[in-house]
Amino acid sequence: MADKTDTMLYLDGVSVSFDGFRALNGLSIIVYPAEMLAIIGPNGAGKTTMMDIITGKTRPDDGEVLFDGRTDLTQLDEAAIANLGIGRKFQKPTVFENQTVWDNLELALKKPRNVLATLFYAMDASDRARLDEILETVRLTARKNDLAADLSHGQKQWLEIGMLLAQDPKLLLVDEPVAGMTDSETVETAKLLKDIARTRSVVVVEHDMSFVRDLDTRVMCLAEGSVLAEGSLDQVSANPKVIESYLGR
Amino acid sequence: MITQAILRALDKKAIWLVGILLVIAIAIPAGNLLIPPGQPFHVPAYIVTLFGKYLCYAILALALDLVWGYCGILSLGHGAFFALGGYAMGMYLMRQIGDRGVYANPTLPDFMVFLNWRELPWYWQGFDQFWFAMIMVVLVPGILAFVFGFLAFRSRVTGVYLSIMTQAMTFALLLAFFRNDMGFGGNNGLTDFKEILGFPIQAASTRSALFAATAVTLALSVIVCSMIVNSKLGKVMAAIRDAESRTRFLGYRVEYVKLFAFTVSAIMAGIAGALYVPQVGIINPGEFEPANSIEVVIWTAVGGRGTIVGPIIGAVLVNMGKSYFTGALPDLWLFALGGLFIFVTIFLPKGIVGTFAQWWRQARGPRRDNTTPRDTGASADRPLVAADPQPKPAE
Ligand SMILES: Nc1ncnc2c1ncn2[C@@H]1O[C@H](COP(=O)(O)OP(=O)(O)OP(=O)(O)O)[C@@H](O)[C@H]1O
Ligand SMILES: [Mg+2]
Repeated sequence: MADKTDTMLYLDGVSVSFDGFRALNGLSIIVYPAEMLAIIGPNGAGKTTMMDIITGKTRPDDGEVLFDGRTDLTQLDEAAIANLGIGRKFQKPTVFENQTVWDNLELALKKPRNVLATLFYAMDASDRARLDEILETVRLTARKNDLAADLSHGQKQWLEIGMLLAQDPKLLLVDEPVAGMTDSETVETAKLLKDIARTRSVVVVEHDMSFVRDLDTRVMCLAEGSVLAEGSLDQVSANPKVIESYLGR
Repeated sequence: MITQAILRALDKKAIWLVGILLVIAIAIPAGNLLIPPGQPFHVPAYIVTLFGKYLCYAILALALDLVWGYCGILSLGHGAFFALGGYAMGMYLMRQIGDRGVYANPTLPDFMVFLNWRELPWYWQGFDQFWFAMIMVVLVPGILAFVFGFLAFRSRVTGVYLSIMTQAMTFALLLAFFRNDMGFGGNNGLTDFKEILGFPIQAASTRSALFAATAVTLALSVIVCSMIVNSKLGKVMAAIRDAESRTRFLGYRVEYVKLFAFTVSAIMAGIAGALYVPQVGIINPGEFEPANSIEVVIWTAVGGRGTIVGPIIGAVLVNMGKSYFTGALPDLWLFALGGLFIFVTIFLPKGIVGTFAQWWRQARGPRRDNTTPRDTGASADRPLVAADPQPKPAE
């Protein structure tokens, strides 16, 4: 494969099995700095499992996983990986339901994470301004004092994207961000992600084809734990193997 | 930095609570010492001691709530930390007896003379000094909690498994302290205390002073707990309670946050035990009984976990009930306690304080008060014991 050193994310020959079932099978992916990669593929293709491996939730049986061209992610735990600058939005929106929108963002905000620093943390004006800005971006300013549990599904998705922004990561892994969003929200989300991808690396998993088209970026189709096709959306969707295993169904 | 954190901790509710506790700390002893018996506001000595005991339990319940209500760690072994603090105080009180024991041995406590021990074991050294004993009151429970928590939280033991481990811990200590050769008085424990800091332990003034010290310690515990739960760390603890694995993906070291809360909580429990022993006049291995730790959970659940006042109210009310029942209908107490727990679990899942707060908010109409998180299905339905140790927040 290509030279690893200037990649942001480098997966080579990654395999993992659950009780004998091969969820990932020699998967290789490269993402460069300030690049967006859209991943499509049938249910059970291993898209979420791929994110689990990158974020330290699941250990691969085999293969290489590098961040920023040098850090071996397979040796680190979830917190260490997050602190390197990898943020993740989960397939099922996962926010802290019993806390307000504002507190959710405060928890995500990039700040020292150790016990004493959090005990004595006092939010200053610049932190506050940053959170206000994020609230504007994800259109939750009016809801900032509401509990996250009271948000609609689409708003929770946006809150989670806002938390990703607050984390200020170098690499964002975004799993099915537009599920439960209205059409106009979907369009907005595509714009937002494209904007983010100007300075950071973004990996987006999504089934919504019009959204993937809006992203207007490199597309990869996974099936049965490995790469089926790669290229522009038109190239990938014209690929007979892709039509057979995914689009045609 | 610290003053800022304390100021933030003292919200309106905490100020009221601390104020009430300080008033109690003065009023009850004054009612006992200054108002002669027969006068309307005289407080009898036994009431001073009884309520002193309740306030010790309140500190213990608040300590448990810090880990359980605020961080989701259901410890069923907090009685062990309480008892260890109590033993450290008991050892000091034993050494204060000096040669006034039955065997009149100037250094060895009676039970050691009885066992034909020639000299004081190394771990009894230093306990003749009050300051040393007070350090041990903090260190022994603190270090045990730290080591236990380090091993358990690092291995990501959660939910019922952790609860069972804490029960095993207190049970193991119960068996150990029962043994005569451990050197802690075996079955009988430590008792027959004479003096504390040179003051006769039975004297009305000493009892009042101990009561006041307990009330002030409870007030300090309220400040410490409010400081923690109102800080960003408190938000992280709540995040861990509600979605542990999500919190890790934000970069927080869940194991250290839990370790901090668990250790602080154990130290509070130990201090409560140290205040308890001179007031009840005895410490024995019975304090390590696993059932004791479970009772603490019931007090906290009854009062309202995840609140600061709740465990205090729960500890005092349930123990008042216990005092009544064990006097009037001793055989029925355990049934009453079990029934109470079932009643609270089913009908008042948020406890007295939580339920009252909910009524209050509803009575004030639809205008939403955003400063106190309104309860959602997620917290109301949160089971007392998480059956699934790692709720899967993400696919
Ligand atoms: N922890 C696990 N234990 C057992 N099996 C798992 C685990 N994680 C994933 N799998 C299995 O691995 C396969 C790949 O799942 P994955 O969630 O990665 O698919 P996906 O591509 O994200 O699908 P979807 O589009 O439905 O989200 C599935 O068959 C799933 O059941
Ligand atoms: Mg998936």
